[in-house]
Amino acid sequence: MSATDSTAAVEAVFRIEFPRVVAALARACGGDLGLAEDLAQDALVDALAQWPSEGTPRNPGAWLTAVGKRKAIDRFRRDRVLASKYAELGRSVDSGGGAGGVDGPDLVAAFEDEIQDDRLRLIFVACHPVLAMPARVALTLRLVGGLTVLEIARAYLDQEATVAQRIVRAKKTIAAAGVPFEVPSVEDRVARLGAVLEVIYLIYNEGYSATAGSSWVRPELCAEALRLGRVLAALAPDEPEVHGLVALMEFQSSRLRARVGSSGAPVLLFDQDRRSWDPLHINGGEAALARAEALVSAGSASSAGSVESAGGVRGPYVLQAAIASCHVRSFRPEDTDWARLVSLYSELANLAASPVVELNRAVALSYASGPEAALPYVDLILASGALERYHLLYSVRADLLDRLGRFDEAAREWERAAGLAANSAERALLEERAEASRVRAVDVKE
Amino acid sequence: MRFLGYTLANEAETPTEPPRPELYEEMGKFVGEAIAAGVIVATGGISPTSEGVKINLKDGEYTVVDGPFAEAKEIVGGWALMECRDLAEATEWSKRFLGVLGEGEVRVRPVSGPE
Repeated sequence: MSATDSTAAVEAVFRIEFPRVVAALARACGGDLGLAEDLAQDALVDALAQWPSEGTPRNPGAWLTAVGKRKAIDRFRRDRVLASKYAELGRSVDSGGGAGGVDGPDLVAAFEDEIQDDRLRLIFVACHPVLAMPARVALTLRLVGGLTVLEIARAYLDQEATVAQRIVRAKKTIAAAGVPFEVPSVEDRVARLGAVLEVIYLIYNEGYSATAGSSWVRPELCAEALRLGRVLAALAPDEPEVHGLVALMEFQSSRLRARVGSSGAPVLLFDQDRRSWDPLHINGGEAALARAEALVSAGSASSAGSVESAGGVRGPYVLQAAIASCHVRSFRPEDTDWARLVSLYSELANLAASPVVELNRAVALSYASGPEAALPYVDLILASGALERYHLLYSVRADLLDRLGRFDEAAREWERAAGLAANSAERALLEERAEASRVRAVDVKE
Repeated sequence: MRFLGYTLANEAETPTEPPRPELYEEMGKFVGEAIAAGVIVATGGISPTSEGVKINLKDGEYTVVDGPFAEAKEIVGGWALMECRDLAEATEWSKRFLGVLGEGEVRVRPVSGPE
Protein backbone atom coordinates (compact mmCIF):
# COMPACT_ATOMS: atom_id res chain seq x y z
CA MET A 1 0.00 0.00 0.00
CA SER A 2 2.56 2.53 1.06
CA ALA A 3 5.04 3.84 -1.44
CA THR A 4 7.87 3.76 1.06
CA ASP A 5 8.26 0.05 1.67
CA SER A 6 11.94 -0.54 2.10
CA THR A 7 13.87 -3.54 0.89
CA ALA A 8 13.93 -4.86 4.47
CA ALA A 9 10.14 -4.59 4.67
CA VAL A 10 9.77 -6.48 1.37
CA GLU A 11 12.08 -9.16 2.66
CA ALA A 12 10.05 -9.50 5.86
CA VAL A 13 6.88 -9.94 3.81
CA PHE A 14 8.64 -12.48 1.64
CA ARG A 15 9.88 -14.42 4.66
CA ILE A 16 6.36 -14.58 6.06
CA GLU A 17 4.83 -15.58 2.72
CA PHE A 18 7.57 -17.87 1.42
CA PRO A 19 6.21 -21.15 2.89
CA ARG A 20 2.74 -20.45 1.49
CA VAL A 21 4.10 -19.47 -1.89
CA VAL A 22 6.32 -22.53 -2.16
CA ALA A 23 3.40 -24.76 -1.17
CA ALA A 24 1.13 -23.27 -3.82
CA LEU A 25 3.83 -23.38 -6.49
CA ALA A 26 4.79 -26.95 -5.56
CA ARG A 27 1.27 -28.13 -6.34
CA ALA A 28 1.27 -26.13 -9.57
CA CYS A 29 4.56 -27.81 -10.54
CA GLY A 30 3.22 -31.28 -9.82
CA GLY A 31 5.25 -31.57 -6.62
CA ASP A 32 8.61 -30.43 -8.02
CA LEU A 33 9.96 -28.78 -4.86
CA GLY A 34 13.19 -27.62 -6.50
CA LEU A 35 11.34 -25.79 -9.24
CA ALA A 36 8.84 -24.36 -6.75
CA GLU A 37 11.61 -22.91 -4.62
CA ASP A 38 13.39 -21.43 -7.67
CA LEU A 39 10.18 -19.85 -8.89
CA ALA A 40 9.49 -18.34 -5.48
CA GLN A 41 12.98 -16.80 -5.49
CA ASP A 42 12.38 -15.47 -9.01
CA ALA A 43 9.16 -13.89 -7.77
CA LEU A 44 11.06 -12.26 -4.93
CA VAL A 45 13.34 -10.56 -7.45
CA ASP A 46 10.26 -9.00 -9.05
CA ALA A 47 8.87 -8.03 -5.65
CA LEU A 48 12.10 -6.31 -4.69
CA ALA A 49 12.01 -4.39 -7.95
CA GLN A 50 8.35 -3.37 -7.73
CA TRP A 51 7.09 -3.19 -4.16
CA PRO A 52 9.42 -0.48 -2.84
CA SER A 53 8.08 1.96 -5.42
CA GLU A 54 4.58 0.60 -6.15
CA GLY A 55 3.69 -0.64 -2.68
CA THR A 56 3.13 -4.11 -1.30
CA PRO A 57 0.09 -5.84 -2.83
CA ARG A 58 -2.88 -6.49 -0.59
CA ASN A 59 -2.37 -10.24 -0.76
CA PRO A 60 1.37 -10.66 -1.24
CA GLY A 61 1.19 -14.47 -1.11
CA ALA A 62 -1.23 -14.64 -4.02
CA TRP A 63 0.82 -12.04 -5.91
CA LEU A 64 4.08 -13.93 -5.46
CA THR A 65 2.44 -17.21 -6.44
CA ALA A 66 0.94 -15.75 -9.60
CA VAL A 67 4.26 -14.17 -10.57
CA GLY A 68 6.01 -17.46 -9.80
CA LYS A 69 3.67 -19.27 -12.19
CA ARG A 70 4.39 -16.71 -14.90
CA LYS A 71 8.08 -17.23 -14.37
CA ALA A 72 7.42 -20.91 -14.93
CA ILE A 73 5.80 -20.17 -18.28
CA ASP A 74 8.83 -18.10 -19.25
CA ARG A 75 11.03 -21.06 -18.45
CA PHE A 76 8.84 -23.46 -20.42
CA ARG A 77 8.98 -21.22 -23.48
CA ARG A 78 12.72 -21.73 -23.41
CA ASP A 79 12.55 -25.43 -22.66
CA ARG A 80 10.19 -27.77 -24.57
CA VAL A 81 10.86 -30.81 -22.38
CA LEU A 82 9.98 -28.87 -19.28
CA ALA A 83 6.90 -27.49 -21.02
CA SER A 84 5.42 -30.92 -21.78
CA LYS A 85 6.19 -32.07 -18.25
CA TYR A 86 4.27 -29.14 -16.81
CA ALA A 87 1.40 -28.88 -19.27
CA GLU A 88 -0.98 -28.74 -16.33
CA LEU A 89 0.76 -25.70 -14.89
CA GLY A 90 0.52 -23.97 -18.27
CA ARG A 91 -3.23 -24.43 -18.30
CA SER A 92 -3.66 -23.21 -14.74
CA VAL A 93 -1.73 -20.05 -15.50
CA ASP A 94 -3.51 -19.40 -18.80
CA SER A 95 -6.92 -19.68 -17.19
CA GLY A 96 -6.14 -17.23 -14.41
CA GLY A 97 -5.77 -13.48 -14.77
CA GLY A 98 -4.66 -11.58 -17.84
CA ALA A 99 -2.02 -8.90 -18.11
CA GLY A 100 -1.45 -7.16 -14.81
CA GLY A 101 -3.89 -9.49 -13.13
CA VAL A 102 -1.53 -11.11 -10.64
CA ASP A 103 -3.33 -9.28 -7.85
CA GLY A 104 -6.81 -9.95 -9.27
CA PRO A 105 -9.61 -11.17 -7.00
CA ASP A 106 -10.00 -14.52 -8.82
CA LEU A 107 -6.37 -15.46 -8.35
CA VAL A 108 -6.43 -14.36 -4.73
CA ALA A 109 -9.58 -16.40 -4.07
CA ALA A 110 -8.10 -19.48 -5.78
CA PHE A 111 -4.89 -19.07 -3.78
CA GLU A 112 -6.72 -18.73 -0.46
CA ASP A 113 -8.99 -21.69 -1.31
CA GLU A 114 -6.18 -24.14 -1.75
CA ILE A 115 -3.37 -22.78 0.37
CA GLN A 116 -4.27 -24.62 3.58
CA ASP A 117 -4.30 -27.96 1.80
CA ASP A 118 -1.15 -27.11 -0.13
CA ARG A 119 0.73 -26.33 3.07
CA LEU A 120 -0.36 -29.60 4.65
CA ARG A 121 0.71 -31.50 1.50
CA LEU A 122 4.09 -29.78 1.60
CA ILE A 123 4.62 -30.71 5.25
CA PHE A 124 3.88 -34.37 4.56
CA VAL A 125 6.22 -34.41 1.55
CA ALA A 126 9.07 -32.62 3.35
CA CYS A 127 8.84 -35.16 6.21
CA HIS A 128 8.50 -38.16 3.89
CA PRO A 129 10.13 -41.36 5.23
CA VAL A 130 12.01 -41.77 1.94
CA LEU A 131 14.34 -39.07 3.29
CA ALA A 132 16.96 -39.55 5.97
CA MET A 133 16.22 -37.64 9.17
CA PRO A 134 18.75 -34.79 8.67
CA ALA A 135 17.33 -34.24 5.17
CA ARG A 136 13.76 -34.12 6.52
CA VAL A 137 14.78 -31.61 9.16
CA ALA A 138 16.64 -29.34 6.73
CA LEU A 139 13.90 -29.49 4.10
CA THR A 140 11.16 -28.81 6.66
CA LEU A 141 12.97 -25.83 8.15
CA ARG A 142 13.68 -24.45 4.68
CA LEU A 143 10.36 -24.98 2.89
CA VAL A 144 7.80 -25.21 5.68
CA GLY A 145 9.48 -22.93 8.21
CA GLY A 146 10.88 -20.53 5.63
CA LEU A 147 14.34 -20.31 7.19
CA THR A 148 17.23 -19.50 4.91
CA VAL A 149 20.00 -22.02 4.36
CA LEU A 150 22.33 -19.78 6.35
CA GLU A 151 19.90 -19.64 9.28
CA ILE A 152 19.59 -23.43 9.31
CA ALA A 153 23.36 -23.84 9.12
CA ARG A 154 23.83 -21.45 12.05
CA ALA A 155 21.19 -23.18 14.14
CA TYR A 156 22.81 -26.59 13.56
CA LEU A 157 26.42 -25.34 13.63
CA ASP A 158 26.82 -26.76 10.14
CA GLN A 159 28.51 -25.40 7.07
CA GLU A 160 26.18 -23.45 4.82
CA ALA A 161 27.33 -25.50 1.81
CA THR A 162 26.59 -28.74 3.65
CA VAL A 163 23.04 -27.68 4.45
CA ALA A 164 22.48 -26.38 0.90
CA GLN A 165 23.73 -29.67 -0.51
CA ARG A 166 21.51 -31.64 1.86
CA ILE A 167 18.43 -29.71 0.74
CA VAL A 168 19.25 -30.11 -2.95
CA ARG A 169 19.72 -33.85 -2.51
CA ALA A 170 16.50 -34.13 -0.49
CA LYS A 171 14.51 -32.49 -3.28
CA LYS A 172 16.12 -34.82 -5.82
CA THR A 173 15.35 -37.87 -3.68
CA ILE A 174 11.69 -36.88 -3.47
CA ALA A 175 11.53 -36.37 -7.24
CA ALA A 176 13.33 -39.66 -7.95
CA ALA A 177 11.03 -41.59 -5.61
CA GLY A 178 8.00 -40.04 -7.31
CA VAL A 179 6.54 -38.91 -3.99
CA PRO A 180 3.12 -37.46 -4.88
CA PHE A 181 2.25 -33.96 -3.68
CA GLU A 182 -0.60 -35.24 -1.54
CA VAL A 183 -1.86 -35.67 1.97
CA PRO A 184 -1.44 -39.41 2.65
CA SER A 185 -4.42 -41.73 2.40
CA VAL A 186 -6.31 -42.76 5.54
CA GLU A 187 -4.39 -46.02 6.00
CA ASP A 188 -0.99 -44.28 5.78
CA ARG A 189 -2.00 -41.19 7.66
CA VAL A 190 -1.16 -42.27 11.18
CA ALA A 191 2.36 -43.38 10.31
CA ARG A 192 3.02 -40.38 8.07
CA LEU A 193 1.69 -37.95 10.66
CA GLY A 194 3.98 -39.64 13.15
CA ALA A 195 6.91 -38.92 10.83
CA VAL A 196 5.93 -35.24 10.65
CA LEU A 197 5.61 -34.91 14.43
CA GLU A 198 8.95 -36.65 14.88
CA VAL A 199 10.69 -34.09 12.66
CA ILE A 200 9.15 -31.14 14.50
CA TYR A 201 9.98 -32.60 17.91
CA LEU A 202 13.52 -33.37 16.81
CA ILE A 203 13.97 -29.73 15.83
CA TYR A 204 12.53 -28.70 19.17
CA ASN A 205 14.82 -30.99 21.10
CA GLU A 206 17.91 -29.81 19.30
CA GLY A 207 17.01 -26.37 20.61
CA TYR A 208 15.98 -27.60 24.05
CA SER A 209 19.11 -29.57 24.81
CA ALA A 210 21.63 -28.87 22.12
CA THR A 211 23.63 -31.99 21.33
CA ALA A 212 26.64 -30.02 20.18
CA GLY A 213 28.29 -26.71 20.83
CA SER A 214 28.91 -24.75 23.97
CA SER A 215 25.40 -23.45 24.51
CA TRP A 216 23.03 -25.67 26.42
CA VAL A 217 19.87 -24.41 24.75
CA ARG A 218 19.16 -22.66 21.45
CA PRO A 219 15.79 -20.97 22.04
CA GLU A 220 15.45 -19.87 18.41
CA LEU A 221 15.18 -23.50 17.29
CA CYS A 222 12.56 -24.15 19.99
CA ALA A 223 10.61 -21.13 18.78
CA GLU A 224 10.85 -22.37 15.20
CA ALA A 225 9.59 -25.85 16.12
CA LEU A 226 6.77 -24.41 18.20
CA ARG A 227 5.77 -22.21 15.27
CA LEU A 228 5.75 -25.28 12.98
CA GLY A 229 3.63 -27.14 15.53
CA ARG A 230 1.11 -24.31 15.80
CA VAL A 231 0.89 -24.08 12.01
CA LEU A 232 0.33 -27.83 11.78
CA ALA A 233 -2.32 -27.70 14.52
CA ALA A 234 -4.22 -25.11 12.50
CA LEU A 235 -3.92 -27.21 9.33
CA ALA A 236 -4.86 -30.52 10.96
CA PRO A 237 -7.08 -29.48 13.89
CA ASP A 238 -8.67 -32.91 14.35
CA GLU A 239 -5.47 -34.77 15.20
CA PRO A 240 -5.03 -35.15 18.98
CA GLU A 241 -1.34 -35.96 18.66
CA VAL A 242 -0.63 -32.66 16.91
CA HIS A 243 -2.17 -30.74 19.80
CA GLY A 244 -0.34 -33.09 22.16
CA LEU A 245 2.99 -32.16 20.58
CA VAL A 246 2.16 -28.44 20.70
CA ALA A 247 1.22 -28.80 24.37
CA LEU A 248 4.44 -30.67 25.10
CA MET A 249 6.57 -28.01 23.41
CA GLU A 250 4.66 -25.21 25.19
CA PHE A 251 5.22 -26.81 28.60
CA GLN A 252 8.90 -27.36 27.91
CA SER A 253 9.26 -23.81 26.60
CA SER A 254 7.79 -22.48 29.83
CA ARG A 255 10.96 -23.76 31.52
CA LEU A 256 13.46 -22.64 28.88
CA ARG A 257 14.74 -19.71 30.86
CA ALA A 258 14.70 -21.47 34.21
CA ARG A 259 16.82 -24.28 32.79
CA VAL A 260 19.84 -22.07 32.20
CA GLY A 261 21.72 -20.56 35.11
CA SER A 262 23.34 -17.14 35.05
CA SER A 263 26.67 -18.71 34.09
CA GLY A 264 25.06 -20.61 31.20
CA ALA A 265 25.14 -23.91 33.07
CA PRO A 266 22.07 -26.16 33.03
CA VAL A 267 19.73 -26.08 36.02
CA LEU A 268 17.90 -29.33 36.71
CA LEU A 269 14.12 -29.47 37.13
CA PHE A 270 14.19 -29.67 40.91
CA ASP A 271 16.64 -26.82 41.26
CA GLN A 272 14.72 -24.46 39.01
CA ASP A 273 13.04 -21.33 40.28
CA ARG A 274 9.48 -22.26 39.45
CA ARG A 275 8.34 -18.64 39.66
CA SER A 276 10.32 -17.99 36.51
CA TRP A 277 8.38 -20.56 34.50
CA ASP A 278 6.61 -18.66 31.76
CA PRO A 279 2.85 -18.57 32.46
CA LEU A 280 2.00 -17.69 28.87
CA HIS A 281 3.56 -20.93 27.63
CA ILE A 282 1.95 -22.86 30.47
CA ASN A 283 -1.48 -21.52 29.50
CA GLY A 284 -0.77 -22.36 25.87
CA GLY A 285 0.22 -25.87 26.90
CA GLU A 286 -2.86 -26.43 29.05
CA ALA A 287 -5.12 -25.19 26.24
CA ALA A 288 -3.49 -27.45 23.65
CA LEU A 289 -3.57 -30.43 26.04
CA ALA A 290 -7.27 -29.83 26.74
CA ARG A 291 -7.97 -29.83 22.99
CA ALA A 292 -6.02 -33.05 22.58
CA GLU A 293 -7.78 -34.77 25.48
CA ALA A 294 -11.18 -33.66 24.16
CA LEU A 295 -10.38 -35.15 20.75
CA VAL A 296 -9.25 -38.40 22.36
CA SER A 297 -12.49 -38.61 24.36
CA ALA A 298 -14.53 -37.83 21.24
CA GLY A 299 -12.56 -40.55 19.45
CA SER A 300 -13.40 -43.09 22.14
CA ALA A 301 -17.09 -42.17 21.90
CA SER A 302 -17.14 -42.87 18.16
CA SER A 303 -14.30 -45.31 17.75
CA ALA A 304 -16.15 -47.76 15.52
CA GLY A 305 -14.57 -47.70 12.08
CA SER A 306 -12.63 -44.50 12.60
CA VAL A 307 -8.96 -43.90 12.11
CA GLU A 308 -6.55 -46.16 13.92
CA SER A 309 -5.23 -43.46 16.22
CA ALA A 310 -8.63 -42.73 17.69
CA GLY A 311 -10.52 -45.12 19.92
CA GLY A 312 -9.83 -43.22 23.12
CA VAL A 313 -6.17 -44.17 23.38
CA ARG A 314 -3.84 -41.35 24.30
CA GLY A 315 -0.90 -41.23 21.93
CA PRO A 316 2.72 -40.68 22.95
CA TYR A 317 2.73 -36.89 22.56
CA VAL A 318 -0.51 -36.42 24.48
CA LEU A 319 0.92 -38.58 27.26
CA GLN A 320 4.22 -36.72 27.34
CA ALA A 321 2.30 -33.45 27.47
CA ALA A 322 0.24 -34.81 30.37
CA ILE A 323 3.51 -35.67 32.12
CA ALA A 324 4.90 -32.18 31.52
CA SER A 325 1.64 -30.66 32.74
CA CYS A 326 1.91 -32.71 35.92
CA HIS A 327 5.27 -31.07 36.69
CA VAL A 328 4.06 -27.61 35.79
CA ARG A 329 1.11 -27.87 38.16
CA SER A 330 3.37 -28.44 41.16
CA PHE A 331 4.35 -25.19 42.78
CA ARG A 332 7.12 -26.86 44.72
CA PRO A 333 9.14 -29.95 43.74
CA GLU A 334 7.82 -31.78 46.81
CA ASP A 335 4.24 -31.21 45.61
CA THR A 336 4.86 -33.33 42.51
CA ASP A 337 2.29 -36.07 42.03
CA TRP A 338 4.80 -38.87 41.49
CA ALA A 339 2.22 -41.66 41.62
CA ARG A 340 0.39 -40.05 38.71
CA LEU A 341 3.69 -39.72 36.85
CA VAL A 342 4.49 -43.40 37.36
CA SER A 343 1.08 -44.26 35.96
CA LEU A 344 1.51 -41.93 32.96
CA TYR A 345 4.95 -43.36 32.19
CA SER A 346 3.53 -46.88 32.45
CA GLU A 347 0.81 -45.95 29.96
CA LEU A 348 3.51 -44.53 27.69
CA ALA A 349 5.64 -47.66 28.01
CA ASN A 350 2.62 -49.78 27.08
CA LEU A 351 2.23 -47.89 23.79
CA ALA A 352 5.77 -48.58 22.71
CA ALA A 353 8.39 -50.20 24.88
CA SER A 354 11.33 -47.83 25.15
CA PRO A 355 14.29 -47.89 27.52
CA VAL A 356 14.21 -44.08 27.80
CA VAL A 357 10.59 -44.21 28.98
CA GLU A 358 11.52 -47.03 31.38
CA LEU A 359 14.30 -44.84 32.73
CA ASN A 360 11.91 -41.94 33.29
CA ARG A 361 9.43 -44.27 34.93
CA ALA A 362 12.17 -45.43 37.28
CA VAL A 363 12.94 -41.81 38.22
CA ALA A 364 9.25 -41.19 39.01
CA LEU A 365 9.12 -44.44 40.94
CA SER A 366 12.17 -43.40 42.97
CA TYR A 367 10.24 -40.40 44.26
CA ALA A 368 6.92 -42.20 44.62
CA SER A 369 8.33 -45.27 46.40
CA GLY A 370 11.96 -44.54 47.19
CA PRO A 371 15.32 -45.03 45.41
CA GLU A 372 15.60 -48.67 46.51
CA ALA A 373 12.39 -49.46 44.59
CA ALA A 374 13.71 -47.82 41.44
CA LEU A 375 17.30 -49.05 41.35
CA PRO A 376 16.48 -52.62 40.17
CA TYR A 377 14.67 -51.16 37.12
CA VAL A 378 17.64 -48.96 36.27
CA ASP A 379 19.95 -51.96 36.68
CA LEU A 380 17.75 -53.92 34.27
CA ILE A 381 18.10 -51.18 31.66
CA LEU A 382 21.83 -51.11 32.28
CA ALA A 383 22.09 -54.89 31.90
CA SER A 384 20.13 -54.81 28.64
CA GLY A 385 22.82 -52.55 27.17
CA ALA A 386 20.13 -50.56 25.36
CA LEU A 387 21.27 -47.17 26.67
CA GLU A 388 24.94 -47.97 26.98
CA ARG A 389 26.05 -44.66 25.45
CA TYR A 390 23.28 -42.53 27.01
CA HIS A 391 24.75 -40.27 29.69
CA LEU A 392 21.42 -39.83 31.48
CA LEU A 393 21.27 -43.55 32.31
CA TYR A 394 24.41 -43.12 34.41
CA SER A 395 23.36 -39.81 35.92
CA VAL A 396 20.01 -41.32 37.01
CA ARG A 397 21.81 -44.29 38.49
CA ALA A 398 24.31 -41.96 40.16
CA ASP A 399 21.50 -39.93 41.69
CA LEU A 400 19.80 -43.05 43.08
CA LEU A 401 23.09 -44.25 44.57
CA ASP A 402 23.67 -40.82 46.13
CA ARG A 403 20.25 -40.94 47.69
CA LEU A 404 20.98 -44.44 49.00
CA GLY A 405 24.18 -43.14 50.60
CA ARG A 406 26.41 -45.20 48.25
CA PHE A 407 28.60 -42.19 47.39
CA ASP A 408 31.65 -44.07 46.06
CA GLU A 409 29.57 -45.85 43.44
CA ALA A 410 27.64 -42.67 42.74
CA ALA A 411 30.85 -40.73 42.02
CA ARG A 412 31.90 -43.37 39.48
CA GLU A 413 28.52 -43.20 37.74
CA TRP A 414 28.59 -39.38 37.58
CA GLU A 415 32.02 -39.68 35.96
CA ARG A 416 30.70 -42.13 33.37
CA ALA A 417 27.82 -39.79 32.63
CA ALA A 418 30.21 -36.84 32.24
CA GLY A 419 32.37 -38.86 29.87
CA LEU A 420 29.39 -39.48 27.58
CA ALA A 421 27.78 -36.02 27.60
CA ALA A 422 28.42 -34.23 24.31
CA ASN A 423 27.40 -30.81 25.55
CA SER A 424 30.15 -29.01 27.43
CA ALA A 425 27.85 -27.14 29.85
CA GLU A 426 26.16 -30.40 30.78
CA ARG A 427 29.49 -32.19 31.14
CA ALA A 428 30.71 -29.56 33.59
CA LEU A 429 27.59 -30.01 35.72
CA LEU A 430 28.05 -33.80 35.82
CA GLU A 431 31.70 -33.45 36.84
CA GLU A 432 30.61 -31.16 39.65
CA ARG A 433 28.17 -33.80 40.84
CA ALA A 434 30.92 -36.45 40.73
CA GLU A 435 33.14 -34.26 42.87
CA ALA A 436 30.30 -33.67 45.36
CA SER A 437 29.78 -37.42 45.71
CA ARG A 438 33.51 -38.00 46.20
CA VAL A 439 33.55 -35.41 48.98
CA ARG A 440 30.56 -37.02 50.65
CA ALA A 441 32.14 -40.48 50.33
CA VAL A 442 35.22 -39.19 52.16
CA ASP A 443 33.03 -37.52 54.81
CA VAL A 444 31.23 -40.79 55.41
CA LYS A 445 34.50 -42.68 55.80
CA GLU A 446 35.85 -40.14 58.24
CA MET B 1 11.03 -12.94 20.26
CA ARG B 2 7.91 -11.44 21.70
CA PHE B 3 6.48 -8.10 20.69
CA LEU B 4 3.55 -6.16 22.06
CA GLY B 5 1.51 -4.36 19.44
CA TYR B 6 -1.14 -1.92 20.61
CA THR B 7 -3.37 0.65 19.00
CA LEU B 8 -3.09 4.26 20.02
CA ALA B 9 -5.71 6.91 19.48
CA ASN B 10 -7.18 10.01 21.01
CA GLU B 11 -10.16 8.70 22.92
CA ALA B 12 -12.10 11.91 22.46
CA GLU B 13 -11.81 11.55 18.70
CA THR B 14 -12.71 7.90 18.62
CA PRO B 15 -15.98 7.55 16.71
CA THR B 16 -18.87 6.63 18.94
CA GLU B 17 -20.90 4.79 16.30
CA PRO B 18 -20.20 1.05 16.15
CA PRO B 19 -17.83 -0.15 13.44
CA ARG B 20 -19.30 -1.55 10.24
CA PRO B 21 -20.40 -5.17 10.74
CA GLU B 22 -18.06 -6.58 8.08
CA LEU B 23 -15.12 -5.34 10.11
CA TYR B 24 -15.79 -7.91 12.83
CA GLU B 25 -15.75 -10.69 10.30
CA GLU B 26 -12.63 -9.41 8.55
CA MET B 27 -10.82 -8.83 11.81
CA GLY B 28 -11.84 -12.28 13.07
CA LYS B 29 -10.45 -13.82 9.89
CA PHE B 30 -7.22 -11.86 10.18
CA VAL B 31 -6.70 -12.77 13.84
CA GLY B 32 -7.45 -16.40 12.98
CA GLU B 33 -4.76 -16.31 10.30
CA ALA B 34 -2.24 -14.71 12.63
CA ILE B 35 -2.92 -17.34 15.30
CA ALA B 36 -2.71 -20.14 12.71
CA ALA B 37 0.65 -18.75 11.59
CA GLY B 38 1.85 -19.03 15.18
CA VAL B 39 2.25 -15.25 15.44
CA ILE B 40 -0.43 -14.09 17.89
CA VAL B 41 0.01 -15.74 21.29
CA ALA B 42 -2.44 -13.57 23.18
CA THR B 43 -4.72 -10.74 22.22
CA GLY B 44 -7.49 -8.68 23.68
CA GLY B 45 -9.41 -5.45 23.64
CA ILE B 46 -9.39 -2.62 26.13
CA SER B 47 -12.46 -0.79 27.38
CA PRO B 48 -12.71 3.02 27.42
CA THR B 49 -10.84 4.82 30.21
CA SER B 50 -14.22 5.74 31.74
CA GLU B 51 -14.39 2.12 32.91
CA GLY B 52 -10.93 2.09 34.42
CA VAL B 53 -8.92 3.62 37.25
CA LYS B 54 -5.56 5.32 37.53
CA ILE B 55 -3.32 4.41 40.44
CA ASN B 56 -0.35 6.46 41.60
CA LEU B 57 2.21 6.02 44.36
CA LYS B 58 4.26 9.00 45.39
CA ASP B 59 6.02 9.72 48.71
CA GLY B 60 4.35 6.65 50.19
CA GLU B 61 0.84 7.87 49.28
CA TYR B 62 -1.45 6.07 46.93
CA THR B 63 -3.96 7.98 44.85
CA VAL B 64 -6.63 6.15 42.96
CA VAL B 65 -8.59 8.15 40.40
CA ASP B 66 -11.58 6.84 38.49
CA GLY B 67 -11.64 7.26 34.71
CA PRO B 68 -12.09 8.81 32.26
CA PHE B 69 -8.62 10.34 31.99
CA ALA B 70 -7.87 13.14 29.63
CA GLU B 71 -4.63 11.90 28.11
CA ALA B 72 -3.43 12.98 24.70
CA LYS B 73 -3.25 9.43 23.41
CA GLU B 74 -4.36 6.21 25.04
CA ILE B 75 -4.20 2.57 24.27
CA VAL B 76 -7.61 2.31 22.70
CA GLY B 77 -9.11 -0.76 21.16
CA GLY B 78 -6.69 -3.59 21.35
CA TRP B 79 -3.37 -5.21 21.87
CA ALA B 80 -1.69 -8.37 20.70
CA LEU B 81 1.29 -10.23 22.03
CA MET B 82 3.16 -11.52 18.99
CA GLU B 83 5.82 -14.17 18.59
CA CYS B 84 7.97 -13.12 15.64
CA ARG B 85 11.52 -13.69 14.48
CA ASP B 86 12.32 -9.99 14.44
CA LEU B 87 10.89 -6.48 14.52
CA ALA B 88 10.48 -6.42 10.73
CA GLU B 89 8.07 -9.38 10.90
CA ALA B 90 6.14 -7.84 13.79
CA THR B 91 5.92 -4.61 11.79
CA GLU B 92 4.53 -6.44 8.77
CA TRP B 93 1.84 -8.18 10.83
CA SER B 94 0.92 -4.83 12.40
CA LYS B 95 0.60 -3.30 8.95
CA ARG B 96 -1.76 -6.10 7.97
CA PHE B 97 -3.80 -5.46 11.10
CA LEU B 98 -4.08 -1.76 10.23
CA GLY B 99 -4.95 -2.72 6.66
CA VAL B 100 -8.00 -4.56 7.97
CA LEU B 101 -8.85 -1.71 10.33
CA GLY B 102 -8.67 0.85 7.54
CA GLU B 103 -6.72 3.48 9.44
CA GLY B 104 -5.15 4.06 12.81
CA GLU B 105 -1.88 3.84 14.68
CA VAL B 106 -0.17 0.78 16.09
CA ARG B 107 2.95 0.79 18.19
CA VAL B 108 5.16 -2.25 18.47
CA ARG B 109 7.56 -2.82 21.35
CA PRO B 110 9.83 -5.78 22.04
CA VAL B 111 8.86 -7.60 25.23
CA SER B 112 11.62 -8.72 27.55
CA GLY B 113 11.24 -11.37 30.18
CA PRO B 114 10.84 -15.12 29.99
CA GLU B 115 12.42 -16.69 26.91
